[in-house]
Amino acid sequence: MNRAGPYLKTSYADDSALAGTAFLRTWLALLVAAALAFPFVATPLLLDLACRAAIAVVGAHALNLLTGYTGLVSLGHAGLIAAGAFTCAVLVEELKAPFWVAMPSSIVVGALLGLVVGIPSLRIKGLYLALSTLALHFVILYVVGEYQSGRGFATGLLMPRPAVGPFTLSGAKGWYYVLLGVAALTTLFCLNLVRTRPGRAWMAIRDRDVAAAATGVNVTYYKLLAFVVSSALTAFCGSLWAYYNGFVSVEAFNFFMTIEYIAMIVIGGMGSILGSILGALFVTVLPYGIDAAINALPVPARLQTHLFAVKFGAFGLLMALFLVLEPQGLVRIWSRVKTYFELWPFRYPPLKG
Amino acid sequence: MQLFANTLVLASTYVLLATGYVVVYRASRVLNLAHGELMMLGGYAFFALVSVTPGQLIVAVPAALLVSFLAGVAVYFAVMRPMAGHPVFSAVLVTVSLGILLRGLVILGWTADIKYPLAVAGYQNAPLHMPGGAVLSGVDLFAIATAGALLLGLWLFFAKSRFGIQMRATAENSRLAAQRGIDIHLVFAVAWGISTFAAGLAGVLYTSSVRLDPEIGVIGLKAFPVALIGGLDSLAGVLPAALLIALLEILAIQYVSPLLSEVVPFLALLLMLCVRPWGLFGTKEEIERV
Repeated sequence: MNRAGPYLKTSYADDSALAGTAFLRTWLALLVAAALAFPFVATPLLLDLACRAAIAVVGAHALNLLTGYTGLVSLGHAGLIAAGAFTCAVLVEELKAPFWVAMPSSIVVGALLGLVVGIPSLRIKGLYLALSTLALHFVILYVVGEYQSGRGFATGLLMPRPAVGPFTLSGAKGWYYVLLGVAALTTLFCLNLVRTRPGRAWMAIRDRDVAAAATGVNVTYYKLLAFVVSSALTAFCGSLWAYYNGFVSVEAFNFFMTIEYIAMIVIGGMGSILGSILGALFVTVLPYGIDAAINALPVPARLQTHLFAVKFGAFGLLMALFLVLEPQGLVRIWSRVKTYFELWPFRYPPLKG
Repeated sequence: MQLFANTLVLASTYVLLATGYVVVYRASRVLNLAHGELMMLGGYAFFALVSVTPGQLIVAVPAALLVSFLAGVAVYFAVMRPMAGHPVFSAVLVTVSLGILLRGLVILGWTADIKYPLAVAGYQNAPLHMPGGAVLSGVDLFAIATAGALLLGLWLFFAKSRFGIQMRATAENSRLAAQRGIDIHLVFAVAWGISTFAAGLAGVLYTSSVRLDPEIGVIGLKAFPVALIGGLDSLAGVLPAALLIALLEILAIQYVSPLLSEVVPFLALLLMLCVRPWGLFGTKEEIERV
């Protein structure tokens, strides 16, 4: 049978292929090659930045599944990341647990916490739900703070390097490849999740929960599932964070961290896998970009001494601008650019006759 | 007795802040997460003004409050009005980003150092001995009186004045109110103004008796459970909720640990959300509407 080009789909396998066209495959291969070659050209600072971005991608996916796809707003993201990081740290500190025990247990703790946070979601919606997650954030921080000061780790808990048998993960390049792989796998996981039954159910709930229930979606089950999956991923992100930094302390997980993650999915584009990745990269790189810009440009000395404040302000300003002017985020800009080039030299798609 | 006095002082701060949440929420169903930062802005405005006019609090305080009021009106027209028609959650996020922006700007303008505006003004906050053995400072007494006056004033405003009744009508159903000739944008703007005015009051009083630095915005987040426990759309609920939370918090400081007192409002909030999510005096159907 003769196929008429890559755009005519003649089988379900074609339709569900992630990289269906030769064009997409080429670019994907180039992207992978570039990502693999990156450590050989990058400075240590850039490599560190890339590792942080990879961790942020995992966290942003987690929040996006919950907020972007299911429409359940969470203001407790930093608290859940803290829960994941501290589960790891406590297991390592108290029981000398190796990383292949500590990391899965932190994921389990995350999933259980997700169940706890999820239960109010069956009763309350919208803002009220966001507030219950905010309250949870403070409660988790209190518990870990109390642990930290009560056990005498006032400055924080140290984490060993993750090791399996004789292999120890160390060095910037090693970390980069591992985290890149983890981020890629998480992306694939989320991508497949959102285009199969759970993802469709989540989107149906987001768009209108009553209609979703009427068409046979088990709203209770899928809401809880969204919380459990998202929190487990978040805790996973927290444990990655803990191992990567080699150090865990409660001060790092303030409300600003939650705002950062929300900014990632808002700036990237809510309810889009690509959006979470773009947003995570953008938000991670932004402070360093501002650094570089301020060093390169002749700016008043006052700005240089208060670099932190400049970053803070720029961050708030950008987030507000995106919310007001481009609520669908970077993904929408990207798709507009794509459409422009696809249609060029025309400005509108042809009318369908 | 001292416990009781401390509770009253803390409750007065909560009353001032929580009314701000309630007024904005009633008008526009938006939860203003930048409220703490707007309070901080009021504090800095106060500081800037007392630096210019030392010794003349009678000028500086009303001017700072005016600045706060205008800041609220400006926030409405600059940020919240373009968000009309967007999901409520986006509007809430905009207030979050506004909060970060304000914090960044304040550090740029005044650095992150701790400041004491009252000392700059040349006044001292002398401790006074109350009947019953409690010790309160002058500013604390003033804060309690102000919180009471604000609640009374708002009640009179909403119950008696023409504009207050228009505001209540808009809160009930803004589309219908607009059709009956009420200028709803004015109503929203004034609601934001009143909210930041109250935040400015809280800012002036808090910075006078405690301190002024960019971190004081956090107290705004703590006042928020107060608004919710009283009922987000209920001004009447503010006072009992503020007293309750303040009492719990003071007891936690006294008998358990200061760390716990930081989370007591949120624990109470969680409990309330499980048992009676619409708050003590809120409207039940509110939950479904958001």
